[in-house]
Amino acid sequence: MTTATHAAGSTEASASKPATMAQALNQALRDALAADPAVHILGEDVGTLGGVFRITDGLTKEFGEDRCTDTPLAEAGILGTAVGMAMYGLRPVVEMQFDAFAYPSFEQLVSHVARMRNRTRGAMPLPLTIRIPYGGGIGGVEHHSDSSEAYYLHTPGLHVVTPATVEDAYGLLRAAIASDDPVVFLEPKRLYWSKSQWSPQEPAEVPPIGKAVVRRPGRTATLITYGPSLPVCLEAAEAAKEDGWDLGVVDLRSLVPFDEETVAAVVRGTGRAVVVHESSGFGGAGAEIAARITERCFHHLEAPVLRVAGFDIPYPPPMLERHHLPGVDRILDAVGRLQWEEG
Amino acid sequence: MTVLDTPAWRPRTDAAPLLPDPEPFRLLGTPEAAALDPALLRALYGQLVRGRRYNAQATALTKQGRLAVYPSSTGQEACEIAAALALQPQDWLFPSYRDTLAVVARGVDPVEALTLLRGDWHTGYDPHTHRVAPLSTPLATQLPHAVGLAHAARLSGDDVVALAMVGDGGTSEGDFHEALNFAAVWKAPVVFLVQNNGFAISVPLAKQTAAPTIAHKAVGYGMPGRLVDGNDAAAMHQVLTEAVERARTGGGPTLIEAVTYRIDAHTNADDATRYRDDSEVAAWRAHDPIAVLERELTSRGLLDDTLRDSTAADAEEMAASLRERMHSDPQLDPMDLFAHVYAEPTPQLREQQAQLQAELEAERQS
Ligand SMILES: Cc1ncc(C[n+]2csc(CCOP(=O)(O)OP(=O)(O)O)c2C)c(N)n1
Repeated sequence: MTTATHAAGSTEASASKPATMAQALNQALRDALAADPAVHILGEDVGTLGGVFRITDGLTKEFGEDRCTDTPLAEAGILGTAVGMAMYGLRPVVEMQFDAFAYPSFEQLVSHVARMRNRTRGAMPLPLTIRIPYGGGIGGVEHHSDSSEAYYLHTPGLHVVTPATVEDAYGLLRAAIASDDPVVFLEPKRLYWSKSQWSPQEPAEVPPIGKAVVRRPGRTATLITYGPSLPVCLEAAEAAKEDGWDLGVVDLRSLVPFDEETVAAVVRGTGRAVVVHESSGFGGAGAEIAARITERCFHHLEAPVLRVAGFDIPYPPPMLERHHLPGVDRILDAVGRLQWEEG
Repeated sequence: MTVLDTPAWRPRTDAAPLLPDPEPFRLLGTPEAAALDPALLRALYGQLVRGRRYNAQATALTKQGRLAVYPSSTGQEACEIAAALALQPQDWLFPSYRDTLAVVARGVDPVEALTLLRGDWHTGYDPHTHRVAPLSTPLATQLPHAVGLAHAARLSGDDVVALAMVGDGGTSEGDFHEALNFAAVWKAPVVFLVQNNGFAISVPLAKQTAAPTIAHKAVGYGMPGRLVDGNDAAAMHQVLTEAVERARTGGGPTLIEAVTYRIDAHTNADDATRYRDDSEVAAWRAHDPIAVLERELTSRGLLDDTLRDSTAADAEEMAASLRERMHSDPQLDPMDLFAHVYAEPTPQLREQQAQLQAELEAERQS
């Protein structure tokens, strides 16, 4: 079932008030609808209710039911019709209610969304955005906490983007909607209520899709992460000072395209890297990232690239999820295993 | 004469007998109710009152932090209880996440039925014990399972019927279509019960389907559709029993639409005032399943203060026991995370298990 809580709140948040990631996403959608009549939002409960996370709060009221539409309850139908709308020149933005409830639309995604540009030799690109609240840490019951990024990043033709800050939530969503390629836009649920002194009236500059950002410079090792794990990594880097480690943190922001240049440059500087994400480690994003770092930076590495990830298990029930999610201790443990004695 | 006039191109089934009556079937308050067995009416009454109390108690437990979330079926008790009572012990129930009452009425321990929503595990009961499939959250995905199980039972020559429950919103999912089609083609012994409670979270039925009724969809699959007053426990029980019997005797599947209403919000975490009017809720409260049944019992002299009091006391006792049992913390073993992922854990899982064990050991020592 769906846990509907925490309104995105008033959009009149003034410049001085901190805004949540939910509000920033809401503003990005509002601005996109205002800027381009081709933008249409489709999803379950996105209209009158404003979405179970209130990301579409007020949009139907402001732009009408044709621009922000409560659809029948069918994810394959939502994405399939969005494909048709995009074929006709619209720019659909689809909301999947939760990570695990996007699965019925998987065939549309893999067989059509990801391939349309390629199979039509570029004649029919699909400029559509698929917003998916994802990840755990919110005490959700079964099927409400999946991290599904690996399925998507393994599907050529899809961009896979995930913001970790309030500012990026706005900027990256605007960039995703503006993109002529399909973008799977993964919104970390547990960061929806994270705040920043961000002003909806003066959005930060739109970051290009595919650029990682160094969130914290560090000399001794680099944590590479994205989405929900960024705050955990920053906390770990802070805690590591006690052990005399100066850890840097890279926020990928986009898994596809993967910003190999930024990552490689940073890791060459430290020679040690740990990839952190909460989805299962086996066959996960970290495997790809670690492999690429090894290929690009082998002669600069002082230790194997390690991964700290969720266990290879179905997402656990809420009372046990803290044991599954990578936390500060597990990250620092990994840093400790980076062959310091040989360094 | 063209090829279209040959028998091969005639409709294979006559659509007319499959069509639902346009008026929901009712028994309580009608002359036909006189023939109803008093024992059945009393049994339904006792269970409905218990069910409502269970919903209230479970919702209270969310406020006390003892449940992560609870989707209440208040207002829908007649559907929930009738579903459980219409089945024989060897039959199977395939519930959706809102159907805890049906699961409990079928015999599952009331606390084990809440494991999913408390969050200490996913399915808190062994599905085989009472032949109740896990509560299904991904909408409509349980429907093909019910068809497959019923089909398997028939192939094995067993006398088993599967009853699958789904909400009105769930009927929009592709799995609903596929399940009904398979069931009809295979003539599987399945009954599909749709509780049309007016809403899928905030989305009203009008945005969900343009069909005359959900029951009408049955015709497209070649099975009968039945429209029932979902707040009439006797009507629900009769229609379900007939459909189960039909399935049992080789008649194939039935689609039943129970017209009812979700009195509470979608879950305790939802704010229904954002999308519906209190006046609508009030109108449905006036057609409350317990009140409708009480009127019938009273008019037939089957309900006196003694029965009313003993029924209320029984429900209170159940609630008190539920409350007490839910107020003790469940015993959790983090190592359970690695159990039952596979019959045999992979080498990687063994390694991860050892890692967590070491972490917990370190935690204990610090
Ligand atoms: C495949 C899938 N999509 C979306 C959801 C999220 N969700 C949970 S309940 C619900 C509404 C269900 O409405 P309905 O089927 O009418 O059942 P009701 O809640 O009214 O009992 C939605 C959209 C889900 N659980 N599964």
